[in-house]
Amino acid sequence: MRVDAGEVFGFLGPNGAGKTTTIKLLMRLIFPDGGTARILGKSIDDVSMHQEIGYLPEQPYFYDYLTAAELLDYFARFHGLTATDRQTRVQEMLKKVGLETAKKIQLRKYSKGMLQRVGLAQAILHDPQVVILDEPMSGLDPLGRREVRDIILELKKEGRTVLFSTHILSDAEMLCDRVGVIVGGKLRGVGTPGEMVGIKTQGIEILFEVAAGKNLPLLAKATQTGERYRVQMPEEELYGAIEQLQAADARILAITQLKPTLEEFFMNLVEADRAQANAVEVSGK
Amino acid sequence: MKNVWTVAANTFREAVRDRVLYNLVFFALLMMGAAILVGQISIGIEESVIVSLGLTAISVIGLLIAVFIGVGLVSKEMDKRTLYALLAKPVERWEFLLGKYCGLVMTLTVNTAAMAVGLYLALWTVKHALEKSDAWILVAVYLILLKLALIVALALLFSCFTTPFLAILFTAGIYVAGVFAGDLRTMQAVDLSPATMSLLKGVSYLLPNFENFNVMGAVAHGRAVPGALVGQATLYAVVYGAVVLAAASAIFSRRNLK
Repeated sequence: MRVDAGEVFGFLGPNGAGKTTTIKLLMRLIFPDGGTARILGKSIDDVSMHQEIGYLPEQPYFYDYLTAAELLDYFARFHGLTATDRQTRVQEMLKKVGLETAKKIQLRKYSKGMLQRVGLAQAILHDPQVVILDEPMSGLDPLGRREVRDIILELKKEGRTVLFSTHILSDAEMLCDRVGVIVGGKLRGVGTPGEMVGIKTQGIEILFEVAAGKNLPLLAKATQTGERYRVQMPEEELYGAIEQLQAADARILAITQLKPTLEEFFMNLVEADRAQANAVEVSGK
Repeated sequence: MKNVWTVAANTFREAVRDRVLYNLVFFALLMMGAAILVGQISIGIEESVIVSLGLTAISVIGLLIAVFIGVGLVSKEMDKRTLYALLAKPVERWEFLLGKYCGLVMTLTVNTAAMAVGLYLALWTVKHALEKSDAWILVAVYLILLKLALIVALALLFSCFTTPFLAILFTAGIYVAGVFAGDLRTMQAVDLSPATMSLLKGVSYLLPNFENFNVMGAVAHGRAVPGALVGQATLYAVVYGAVVLAAASAIFSRRNLK
């Protein structure tokens, strides 16, 4: 698997697939039995490389006797920042993750979401070129998730490379240039979210309103919600349907392409993997 | 070494904020009680009683801190996963380990120094004066500190490859065995084979000889401690401690963090 410079790469997979293990290997928290990994062209064993890497662990937990400002100051010292730089960067980061008002509170009093924000702040504190985030959205409310999404997009705009693992596929679709899907410890596919699910549409959906009593053949296939109708059809039937609707003075509200979502793609992979595992088990018996 | 110092300073801050130094209150109460009691019942031996009691308390309290906090230095960080973010910084694992070690030794130094002040205060309360020979107490306190530093290194070593509970047991076990290491060397047993005797002798040289640091008896009676003994004990603690820390570092450097 390769992550290119300047891209946002989503690492997807079900629980136990090996996402966190892969990230921990990259961060030399665990050691591989074999194989090689490089970041910015350097071996992961080269500690100096960590000067250019930011890392947010999964469900981060920090020294709870420190305040957020103290923790960030502590971590900043390992990056050789001067006292003045440390102070400035810590304030900037606290502001960025929305913890400016809570900076003097000990971390033992922080909620899970607040700890996640501190974790994000310490990951980007030293202006790293590569940011690796393990489940950055977990434990966050919708507002917090949006803030994390904004930070990731901002990092991309600044030309940084972001690799993040997630369960939330809509976030991956929204943010990632490319995604990699890992199931059962094996990489099952890498590509843009579009490539992964296939560009070919599965059909068309039309949402429309029409006055009662109109003789419209489409209504036989449509489902009604309030005054609105929704009907799905193959792409080649679209123009015929539009003519019918025009003839009946219907108001077309939306025409949408039906594409498989990343979630469906993901579920298919997981199910295929399980089926294969069962087959192996049966043949083994 | 800057990283080592940063980790050490934070370890010291943790000890202060987790109220480790509160044990000083207990020590102060003990010494006050002893000073009052000894003043009433002892005739002529007040000084040696106070010095013996004070040095024993300094040693026991220090031992408890060295073993229990020493074992938790790294294992607590692994359990709570607080070291994940830290080890992703440009920090070598040995720097982290050495920093944690130095942080606790700093804590023990401050704690032991404060208790030594308490001991002198108790002595002054009993005698209403301090003599030149009382300076030997400082030498005894210094040797206790060396012993504690060695115990922290052992606790750290065991916590690098086993559970905290077993690490406490191993450290306590080695301490007890180390107190008797000298006896093991000079033991004359008639019913043991020469091979067993040589094995026991070999083991006794591997064990840390904690008797090297014990000058309590001499100091309690106002006797001088030879400079050679202090130098030898210092060298012994530095070399033995360095070997133990190097082993701990080698193990921790390849340890997978779950």
